Amino acid sequence: MATYLEFIQQNEEQDGVRFSWNVWPSSRLEATRMVVPLACLLTPLKERPDLPPVQYEPVLCSRPTCKAILNPLCQVDYRAKLWACNFCFQRNQFPPAYTGISEVNQPAELMPQFSTIEYVIQRGAQSPLIFLYVVDTCLEEDDLQALKESLQMSLSLLPPDALVGLITFGRMVQVHELSCEGISKSYVFRGTKDLTAKQIQDMLGLTKPAMPMQQARPGPPQEHPFVSSRFLQPVHKIDMNLTDLLGELQRDPWPVTQGKRPLRSTGVALSIAVGLLEGTFPNTGARIMLFTGGPPTQGPGMVVGDELKVPIRSWHDIEKDNARFMKKATKHYEMLANRTATNGHCIDIYACALDQTGLLEMKCCANLTGGHMVMGDSFNTSLFKQTFQRIFSKDFNGDFRMAFGATLEVKTSRELKVAGAIGPCVSLNVKGPCVSENELGVGGTNQWKICGLDPTSTLGIYFEVVNQHNAPVPQGGRGAIQFVTQYQHSSTQRRIRVTTIARNWADAQSQLRHIEAAFDQEAAAVLMARLGVFRAESEEGPDVLRWLDRQLIRLCQKFGQYNKEDPTSFRLSDSFSLYPQFMFHLRRSPFLQVFNNSPDESSYYRHHFARQDLTQSLIMIQPILYSYSFHGPPEPVLLDSSSILADRILLMDTFFQIVIYLGELKGHERLDPVVAVKWKGWVAPWDSHPLGVFSYLTIAQWRKAGYQDMPEYENFKHLLQAPLDDAQEILQARFPMPRYINTEHGGSQARFLLSKVNPSQTHNNLYAWGQETGAPILTDDVSLQVFMDHLKKLAVSSAC
Amino acid sequence: MNVNQSAPPVPPFGQPQPVYQGYHQSSYGGQPGSTAPTTSYGAYNGPVPGYQQTSPPGVSRAPPSSEAPPASTAQAPCGQAAYGQFGQGDVQNGPSSTVQMQRFPGSQPFGSVPLTPVVSQPTVLQPYGPPPTSAQVTAQLAGMQISGAVAPALPPVGLGYGSPASLASASGSFPNPGLYGSYPQGQAPPLSQAQGHLGAQPPQRSAPPQASTFTSPASGGPRMPSMTGPFLPGQGFGGPSLSQPNHVSSPPPQALPPGTQMTGPPGPPPPMHSSQQPGYQLQQNGSFGPARGPQPNYGSPYPGAPTFGSQPGPPQPLPPKRLDPDAIPSPQLNELPPQQKTRHRIDPDAIPSPIQVIEDDRNNRGSEPFVTGVRGQVPPLVTTNFLVKDQGNASPRYIRCTSYNIPCTSDMAKQAQVPLAAVIKPLARLPPEEVSPYVVDHGESGPLRCNRCKAYMCPFMQFIEGGRRFQCCFCSCINDVPPQYFQHLDHTGKRVDAYDRPELSLGSYEFLATVDYCKNNKFPSPPAFIFMIDVSYNAIRSGLVRLLCEELKSLLDFLPREGGTEESAIRVGFVTYNKVLHFYNVKSSLAQPQMMVVSDVADMFVPLLDGFLVNVSESRAVITSLLDQIPEMFADTRETETVFAPVIQAGMEALKAAECAGKLFLFHTSLPIAEAPGKLKNRDDRKLINTDKEKTLFQPQTGAYQTLAKECVAQGCCVDLFLFPNQYVDVATLSVVPQLTGGSVYKYACFQVENDQERFLSDLRRDVQKVVGFDAVMRVRTSTGIRAVDFFGAFYMSNTTDVELAGLDGDKTVTVEFKHDDRLNEESGALLQCALLYTSCAGQRRLRIHNLALNCCTQLADLYRNCETDTLINYMAKFAYRGVLNSPVKTVRDTLITQCAQILACYRKNCASPSSAGQLILPECMKLLPVYLNCVLKSDVLQPGAEVTTDDRAYVRQLVTSMDVAETNVFFYPRLLPLTKSPIESATEPPAVRASEERLSNGDIYLLENGLNLFLWVGASVQQGVVQSLFNVSSFSQITSGLSILPVLDNPLSKKVRGLIDSLRAQRSRYMKLIVVKQEDKLEMLFKHFLVEDKSLSGGASYVDFLCHMHKEIRQLLS
Repeated sequence: MATYLEFIQQNEEQDGVRFSWNVWPSSRLEATRMVVPLACLLTPLKERPDLPPVQYEPVLCSRPTCKAILNPLCQVDYRAKLWACNFCFQRNQFPPAYTGISEVNQPAELMPQFSTIEYVIQRGAQSPLIFLYVVDTCLEEDDLQALKESLQMSLSLLPPDALVGLITFGRMVQVHELSCEGISKSYVFRGTKDLTAKQIQDMLGLTKPAMPMQQARPGPPQEHPFVSSRFLQPVHKIDMNLTDLLGELQRDPWPVTQGKRPLRSTGVALSIAVGLLEGTFPNTGARIMLFTGGPPTQGPGMVVGDELKVPIRSWHDIEKDNARFMKKATKHYEMLANRTATNGHCIDIYACALDQTGLLEMKCCANLTGGHMVMGDSFNTSLFKQTFQRIFSKDFNGDFRMAFGATLEVKTSRELKVAGAIGPCVSLNVKGPCVSENELGVGGTNQWKICGLDPTSTLGIYFEVVNQHNAPVPQGGRGAIQFVTQYQHSSTQRRIRVTTIARNWADAQSQLRHIEAAFDQEAAAVLMARLGVFRAESEEGPDVLRWLDRQLIRLCQKFGQYNKEDPTSFRLSDSFSLYPQFMFHLRRSPFLQVFNNSPDESSYYRHHFARQDLTQSLIMIQPILYSYSFHGPPEPVLLDSSSILADRILLMDTFFQIVIYLGELKGHERLDPVVAVKWKGWVAPWDSHPLGVFSYLTIAQWRKAGYQDMPEYENFKHLLQAPLDDAQEILQARFPMPRYINTEHGGSQARFLLSKVNPSQTHNNLYAWGQETGAPILTDDVSLQVFMDHLKKLAVSSAC
Repeated sequence: MNVNQSAPPVPPFGQPQPVYQGYHQSSYGGQPGSTAPTTSYGAYNGPVPGYQQTSPPGVSRAPPSSEAPPASTAQAPCGQAAYGQFGQGDVQNGPSSTVQMQRFPGSQPFGSVPLTPVVSQPTVLQPYGPPPTSAQVTAQLAGMQISGAVAPALPPVGLGYGSPASLASASGSFPNPGLYGSYPQGQAPPLSQAQGHLGAQPPQRSAPPQASTFTSPASGGPRMPSMTGPFLPGQGFGGPSLSQPNHVSSPPPQALPPGTQMTGPPGPPPPMHSSQQPGYQLQQNGSFGPARGPQPNYGSPYPGAPTFGSQPGPPQPLPPKRLDPDAIPSPQLNELPPQQKTRHRIDPDAIPSPIQVIEDDRNNRGSEPFVTGVRGQVPPLVTTNFLVKDQGNASPRYIRCTSYNIPCTSDMAKQAQVPLAAVIKPLARLPPEEVSPYVVDHGESGPLRCNRCKAYMCPFMQFIEGGRRFQCCFCSCINDVPPQYFQHLDHTGKRVDAYDRPELSLGSYEFLATVDYCKNNKFPSPPAFIFMIDVSYNAIRSGLVRLLCEELKSLLDFLPREGGTEESAIRVGFVTYNKVLHFYNVKSSLAQPQMMVVSDVADMFVPLLDGFLVNVSESRAVITSLLDQIPEMFADTRETETVFAPVIQAGMEALKAAECAGKLFLFHTSLPIAEAPGKLKNRDDRKLINTDKEKTLFQPQTGAYQTLAKECVAQGCCVDLFLFPNQYVDVATLSVVPQLTGGSVYKYACFQVENDQERFLSDLRRDVQKVVGFDAVMRVRTSTGIRAVDFFGAFYMSNTTDVELAGLDGDKTVTVEFKHDDRLNEESGALLQCALLYTSCAGQRRLRIHNLALNCCTQLADLYRNCETDTLINYMAKFAYRGVLNSPVKTVRDTLITQCAQILACYRKNCASPSSAGQLILPECMKLLPVYLNCVLKSDVLQPGAEVTTDDRAYVRQLVTSMDVAETNVFFYPRLLPLTKSPIESATEPPAVRASEERLSNGDIYLLENGLNLFLWVGASVQQGVVQSLFNVSSFSQITSGLSILPVLDNPLSKKVRGLIDSLRAQRSRYMKLIVVKQEDKLEMLFKHFLVEDKSLSGGASYVDFLCHMHKEIRQLLS
């Protein structure tokens, strides 16, 4: 199995692909019996420092319905200068430029190590990146100040020739004209009125030929002059202007009376932003970055009225069908998102407020366009500031980690069809021959548009085996899949990345072991989770859980080893062993459970779940828990209440939160100073404590008492510092930056930890388990143990 | 009085008679003298067929001429004399005298009268066919004599004042005319007049003294205006009676003949105005002839005669013709003295002259303050400079009435057809010598009001029960006096503190309003001015925007302020626009202004709150920067389309958002054709003129503007519109909002900076600086019996009683019409109280109260004796101008004529002594009614000339709607001032001459102004020295026609003329652009349009013709 693990790992590193099954059942019937669909997680732009792009264009299969790209799996006749398409078996002539090829002189795309290759397209206009800031001005003064500073800072991070625009909104929406000197101009729109793109363009004066204000733009070549607009100007030109403009931004001046929310026209602002770009720069890479500090309260897309006494909708309201504005608002934002996607732009949402901001309604804007969604408490937090900064981070090449306007096309060999995709994409509705009639996720097409993506954006792509049972694939046959991603690189180049992979077919009846062994349970868990979350968007929560349960049971029935009706005999092979546990945590995750989460939070979590790569997704499903103690080096521990021990410092990473938890020294037992001494010769603090011997103290109390600052307690200092350092490491790397929680036993924030761990000890069974083993969790949720017991029982039962 | 009035069996005059029997009789006699009209009538109709025919033949002329001379001589003296003193008076025998009597509490001025007449005569004579004068004179001789009588009468009145002296002066004055070598003719008449007068005077004198004696008892006090009024008529009559009879008889025959001829053979005469024109001209020619004819006679004695000498020939023929016709029909031929028979046509000098009336009033009443203590006093004319002392009634500067004596019953009122109306100018500016109304602060409790009718405390409230209660003078309700207001009464029942409290002793005063009088029960915030500037291509190209921005920079320092405050409380805001609107944030904390563009014109809103309306001094730097940049920003604009309604909407919304009232200054150039609410299309169609659809030209294209205006009014948003059109902009529609919000419209067609800069800037400065009341509501309360039923002016009414004015400045006037709803009581009279609730420039909420008490009469004669023609014309013009919105213009004109005829016929029937139907008898107070009415009828709105655009008509129409009496007076009857006749050294304004081409001498220079236009007419044979010193060119031909600025030259003439122009401009609320017109130049057509006594190119009748026509109408009514 190690080989498979390595294979899987290698595949992921080279191609950014993880399949649920790495050996494919060869018939439709068998495939459906595998329970977990044949699917993969694809990271289209996985960072490949070792993969320099080639500076020419790919060679396409000449069959119009195929147009697959020449790849290492193709049969090549060097003599005849022919190659056979491995998808449609069309024989193709090499283009004239390839006349020199031979076995020893192969173009890169024929070399096996270039199963993933990137081409740079030279033709076509290169348009600069566009960043359109859409800024809420209904913020508290310090929030606004922080946001202004962040925005000003961001100007220095943008590529100098990038175009930048600014829209501010509150009660009104202002589109700022950036090119003018002297008087700063802005176009103002009423926040309550939805306008069509045409109207917006008319009102902004974009329908007429551009004014002669736009002179030569130094950056891009002059032969590609394109319609510019007064509202989007190169950063390097209006850097100072915009900085001043941002500096002069004031809070929305309209009075907000007691008991009211400020009137915030987010819906119209977005609509205008979309319309502006639609009219001026369709199909070029552009980011609309929405910064909002509260829910939209007026106009189209309003989420809640301005009366403070009416709270914003909760899950409870939604279930009761009590959310007045939700449907309409959702429709508005969906319409916007679709338009944006059509134009190849993406929308980021940065929502910082203590209350909900309407992410539930607005989520599609980010989801469908591949934009970011960031949720924080305030713009004046490092969470926002650093997350925002990270958007403009650069890769090893010094390029921005962002790409635009991508289309992903999936080609399959004829035994397979594409059933759908789940991720930050929209369907392009291209009905090719390899499109399945059964949809999983966004289906009915083999091409999707991903308007904004970064090196970690990951899609789940689902396939269907269509080979009939009675027409077996010949022994040794391989199925092939080609992923073609065309996108605009942050350097404004158009590029095409092609990944072609192949897997063996296996007859499920005779070679089930092979198939089983090639199961990637991590990928499978994530892919199933995506399906579940996808369903949860449209279905009732319990139905989804039931569906997940049934899938799990069926999987166990299929691949478990057991005697009928004997739960104790149930065993799973190594390649499946973790899967039930993932499912257990998935059931408890905020992606499927809305209890304790606001609708906004659920949307936020789901958004990220649907686009992160496998590792991060797994962390989301099953957070990681590290334990720090005097007893030894930090170690990962079970995500279980039993891991919460008195003398430990715990570090939990749930992707969204980093929790550092200082354990409690349980009080009933008087700690023996000897024990303390045993701790690496470290002197127990209580010896020198002014109050004398303490019956119980917590790590937190030690910390509070300042022991870590005393030279003799350096160890303690290190202990305290270790999780912080580790946390910092995670914080550095992650996008969006997680919420950093430093808490202690009994602290209010400890709930983040307690809600995640497996409640192996609860107030119900606490005393049965003894006292020394961990912290009881006050919950009625079942523990993993109970879950597994049930699973076994059901799996072996013949009733199902 | 009352008793007497009721007693007299005699018609209307009976009333006065009881009091002054002797006079009355005489007065009756005098009235008949109005025969002149008949002749005029004949002339009017005559022009058409018969008359023309007759006129051409020289033969016919010859004989008459021979005859004529004697007649003319005889008459001329009379006529002239009459003229000199009371040319008009002649026509209106009795009444005229009354008017004069009334007016001249101080008879002193009278002495001057003769002088003025002299002047006027010459002018009249020259241009206008002396012939007609002669003819008319004869006809009017009666009148003349009467007037003559009157004139003497005046002196008598003045006896106390030394009337004799005045007489002497009068006679002495005649010689003066002689001084004017250029006007020999004029001189001639004076002499004759003098003579005539002399003859007449004796009797008059005797009368006057009596009158004076009467007066004194009647009024009991030094101020005897009312008394003088009554007896004056008597005097007038007394004089006239003698002379008139003769004249009377003579004129009618003359008049009749033409009429009969005309009517008989042609038939069409009466109706055919246009058709008459040709004929009419002929007549004129003829008339000239005759005029000259008579002159020769005079000429001999006077040096001036020679000039006319050449003309004498022709004139003679005409007169005979007329005489004949006249003589034939008139039944009273026999009565006519032979001499009179010989008189031919109506003498323009003999018909009532506005100039004369104005001069007389000026002389009679200009010197003494007008004290308002007495009920029902007729104030001096608007053209007279006088001071007002408020002693319980509102100054005539605030309120003028058509009549100061109201018929007691509606039947009487209906019979008389005299509209009862008041022209109210609540915030009128006062001359510096007069005190503006005192502000009364009653603290928390607010002004004291009647519980039932809510009338405000005023001097007419009756305190009873020792001062514990008061009885409302309007509704008779008895109210308790609140304890804090209690005061004891003196033995006359007057409160002891009456003279300490303005509201108990004055006609006009202000109350400080309490919060109850404020919108939303909140004290208002200071108002705001928003400047909204069109920056489309046209505006930029014409240089308007640059000019305006430059001007605003300094102008903003002169926003209206109140009292002694250092800084104006008014905040300002700026908007520019073309197809979209640009708002500017000029907050003081900004380094640079910020522009906010709103392109959603379909659904206008205000994009910013903070920083839009700012205090000028705080934000000066930013504002200056903005005004510097606006012209630059749009310098290369290509946008030609504009919006309009959204601009107003935006301003209104801005004020709404700021929760204040205010004013928008819109500077607009073109028809708003951009896609937006209130979009207009070019619908100008001259073919509609004179059709039933003509009214659509005055109606707004769309109802959107009315709706908008309504919203504006609700917000207290007044809109001032400055238009700079190059072509049709549909003023009728664009002016709807300014009109309904109490704003003003200024129009500068084909604006060019070089030519129109001064005019525009001057208007702008005045408009911005003038004191305005905002968010005002005006209510006119009346005592029981009458009721305000109709309102005219620039305002909006959401119900039938409250006049809502988003803004009201000192130039805006509201005309209110009253109707009876019950019987009035002579004893108690009728009371008006006009209450205006408004927000001052400083944001203070106030109530301005004007009270006016009027007399009531049971005799129609009293009504006619206390009328004010100027006010009447103001009302009638407004009534007519509103009428064109709904009825065909022809209907409106006919209505006016009919009403006028009815008024005069009623007088004739009820107040004048029985006399020949051929006589035209005009009430003294209304003797100018025909001429003024004719001017109204000929105005561009009611009878457009070919060169008058639809926009011009709409513009004028809405202008007139809020004009006050003085403005309408000069607007309809322009002032024509000869510049070179009086010695350069004289500091006073030269006396005006009648607005007729015949009064122009080609050796002179004239100024003509009507409140909107200012012309400098240069005669072709003006002395070279004059040309040099005025225009700095050597000859007439080198004068640039159309010149608008006179060179600044250091010589007395230039200084004087320029000074005069400046002073004229200062008198008017709008800057009048000067146009230099050369005689015989093509521009002269434009100029001639304003010579309103002449026949106009567009078919307007000449004064004489119209008078004839009017006479015919009257006669029809009487028969």
